Amino acid sequence: MTKFTTYSATLMTALLASSAVAEVESLDPIKLTTHDWTGQIITTTIMGEVLKKAGYNVEYVQADYIAQFAGLKSGDLHIAMEIWETTGREAMDEAFGTGKVVNMGPTGMEAIEEWWYPAYMEKLCPGLPDWKALNDCAQEFSTPETAPMGRYLGGPVTWGGFDDERVESLGMDFEVVHAGTDAALFAELESAYQREAPIVLWIYSPHWATAKYDGKFVEFPPYSVECYNDPSAGMNPDAAYDCGKPTGPIWKVAWSGVADKWPGAADAIKAFDIDNDAMGALVGKVDLEGVSIESVVSEWMTANEAAWSSWIK
Amino acid sequence: MFWLGLFAITWGLSQFSFAIYKALDARWIVRFPKKYELPLDSWISSAMTWLVEDAHFGLFTFRDLTRFIAAVIELPYQFVRSLLIDGFSVGQGQQAIEVAPSISWIAIIGTMAVIALYARNAGLAMLAALCFAYLAIFGQWESAMVTLASVLIAVPIGVTGGLLLGILSYRHPWVEKALRPILDLMQTVPVFAYLVPILFLFGFGPVSALVATVIYAMPPMVRIATVALQSVPEEVKEAGRMVGCKPHQQMWKVMVPTALPSLMVGVNQVIMLTLNMVIIASMIGAGGLGYDVLTSLRRLDIGGGIEAGLAIVVMAIALDRVSQAFAIRRVRPRPDPAQPIYQRHPLISTSVALIVISTLLGIYLPGFRLLPESLTITTGSIWTAMMEWINVTFFDFFEAIKTFFLTTLLLPVKRFFSGIPWAWGVIVVGLAAGRVGGWKFGLMSAAMTLFIAANGLWAKAMITVYLVSVSVLIASAIGIPLGIWAGQSNRANSVIGAMIDTLQTLPSFVYLIPVVMLFRVGDFSAMIAVVLYALAPAVRYAAHGIRSIDQELIEAGKVSGCTERQILLRIKLPLAAPSLLLGLNQTIMLALSMLVITALVGTRDLGQEVYIALTKANTGQGIIAGLSVAFIAIIADRIVAALARNSQEKLGVK
Repeated sequence: MTKFTTYSATLMTALLASSAVAEVESLDPIKLTTHDWTGQIITTTIMGEVLKKAGYNVEYVQADYIAQFAGLKSGDLHIAMEIWETTGREAMDEAFGTGKVVNMGPTGMEAIEEWWYPAYMEKLCPGLPDWKALNDCAQEFSTPETAPMGRYLGGPVTWGGFDDERVESLGMDFEVVHAGTDAALFAELESAYQREAPIVLWIYSPHWATAKYDGKFVEFPPYSVECYNDPSAGMNPDAAYDCGKPTGPIWKVAWSGVADKWPGAADAIKAFDIDNDAMGALVGKVDLEGVSIESVVSEWMTANEAAWSSWIK
Repeated sequence: MFWLGLFAITWGLSQFSFAIYKALDARWIVRFPKKYELPLDSWISSAMTWLVEDAHFGLFTFRDLTRFIAAVIELPYQFVRSLLIDGFSVGQGQQAIEVAPSISWIAIIGTMAVIALYARNAGLAMLAALCFAYLAIFGQWESAMVTLASVLIAVPIGVTGGLLLGILSYRHPWVEKALRPILDLMQTVPVFAYLVPILFLFGFGPVSALVATVIYAMPPMVRIATVALQSVPEEVKEAGRMVGCKPHQQMWKVMVPTALPSLMVGVNQVIMLTLNMVIIASMIGAGGLGYDVLTSLRRLDIGGGIEAGLAIVVMAIALDRVSQAFAIRRVRPRPDPAQPIYQRHPLISTSVALIVISTLLGIYLPGFRLLPESLTITTGSIWTAMMEWINVTFFDFFEAIKTFFLTTLLLPVKRFFSGIPWAWGVIVVGLAAGRVGGWKFGLMSAAMTLFIAANGLWAKAMITVYLVSVSVLIASAIGIPLGIWAGQSNRANSVIGAMIDTLQTLPSFVYLIPVVMLFRVGDFSAMIAVVLYALAPAVRYAAHGIRSIDQELIEAGKVSGCTERQILLRIKLPLAAPSLLLGLNQTIMLALSMLVITALVGTRDLGQEVYIALTKANTGQGIIAGLSVAFIAIIADRIVAALARNSQEKLGVK
């Protein structure tokens, strides 16, 4: 965040002289939150730069994904660009309930979270990506700690996901091991991938991993609301969660005062739209090729001028 | 006999607790009954909500007060930051116009060198300049200056606050008594536990991070200040009174200057702890080097993580050495007032000249303001390639070692601790503590243990105890021999000392990710990280213990014909025992504080509980789990301290 403000401050002072700035409702800075994953920072920076073009002042504030809701409610923070249906539902519902936080619509990106395996596993386990084929070769994934069961590396417990329940209700020969953070999750994947060692783990998309590593999501019985809520639904009549994980939109969320204070900005935020592939490519450039976020975003801005200028009309 | 019996009963109960529960159909034996669990966490959470949303002092709310404090801290912070890196500007965002530039990087390196020269000599100046030059050359400058800005704010607040509290507890013994448990908690409750309430009260941004840093870094200053003032010689105090000092003159003109060398040790501690907090502070918006470490490792850029991590290390080394030099600096004669001002203060005038010239040049030549990116270097890809090579070549070897340790050590210990029924756990802690520290302490320990069980955290607490005890065992097994070696040989000491310094200031996150790559997510990875971090005190105290043995005793041993081996085993080791125990104590403390970080690789202990509470912004859950960690630490601390005292008395050494 600090770097952005520094860069953009110097950059903008330089630009100020040349470009005429449009009239805006308030010059107070709009505070957009950034979290600790690249995709979110890119989304937020694109939004921020677009708002700047419209003449608004923008400040990027680093905040925790869940803890930020306290700030959004009080008006300390104004915009959160990525709240995932899959991980942020509870927090969003609680915040919308107070009336102080409002939904600004979907970002256009779709969150996918599921068990994932690298492509080289298909040689060992014919029949993948079907989950039954995965279960048939569970012993390939076993380690000394989990033997004779296979080892499935789940996300941090805070992500939820009901993997322990899923393994139980589908009768799978896997033991769920929870990583503490996603850094640990991808460290293990990197290590296994270098050695072409067996691994099956929780991956989410949009993320650079699906661009860097060749592999597929496991296909479970498709998700339905009943499958999660009603034990009798699905293939196991006595247990819920006998299906895959839900997918869902990634939402934009804002402090309720934004629409009154900066109506034009609120419209621009509602209009923001980008898809998984475009975002995946941007994230890949930053995380795999080491290009800075600022230059990736400004490149995107030049290439997509038609798109974003319609948001701020 | 007492200890053996206690252990035998505990072992038996641990083995058969499950069988007893099945036989008697009494589930309360293994699980604390749900209906008696204390709803403390929800009480704390609602108290917090009340504090944030409703608490009033009549004219203003509690939140107004904390926000006011935040604004007061923010002001100097923004100033220092503008000075070091951002530059001064007026207006908002796009309307901002820069009115004054930040100080040139050359000037900052030069000023550091001048300060070091003032504190000691040219050698130290060289070291300080090299350390800061690393930051510029490896492209870490901007982040490093952001971190330096927060250090420059947090350290004075911590030092002043600590000194004032120290003076208070020196003057009024009841303050000291009241402060002691609070300081214990400040040092042992994991930082993650109070990050959420701080965010609510002080808002999002660098100020919250500064507040958390000060809370973490201040306690040693309070303690050291109290002791330093108490140990000012009576004669000095008498002399002050004789010349007719008023109380505040006595304090500020007599006591504090006399205690200055000891106080500087406290300052040094505050600096080191502040730098330890850099990573955690960056999680809640401090930015800087800590943020670079985190983001590099999140995209598995190991080299980037190491470079940013080493930047923290060199900054710590520079600040540490310079502040230590101040602690022992000799007073020099005052300059002749007849000389012109720049001759009287050659160092100050040199650095002022350097700052003015290079900063003015920076306005026209950007290279003076920031080192051009083309001149910076990076070793990033080398590290990544090396990591891949190690991983591909040695993974099976590491896997074998891991399996051996898991089956012979980790799993049996884990089974032992997690089998202990909570009720017996409370009793056994009470008995053991009472035996070494008196019945009062025994009761207190039992009560603390009951608190953990009654909040439904028994199982997680036992996992914590298991991980800590295994890690401490291994850290001692490696650290004590290294320390003994360092204590006997100066050359070994300088190598081992440098290694230990680096391990302690290098953010643990930097080695956590490579460890996970080699050993996978699990207890073993967590244990390695804890051992690496907690090794330092075991080495330091062992070396110190060996070195501070009276030479005459060793001579006496030699005269009576002892071999080297006998001198070591019969004279040195027994005499160093109290020191070793103190080292053990510190090893346990560091291991416990590290557990919260290992939650990031996925342990199922109290550290994880604290971390879950943080990510769910659940104040009550975090504080309860944090207190449980603190209680374990306090019990362990007191027991080992009592053992050390007993052994000192036995040896007749003080």
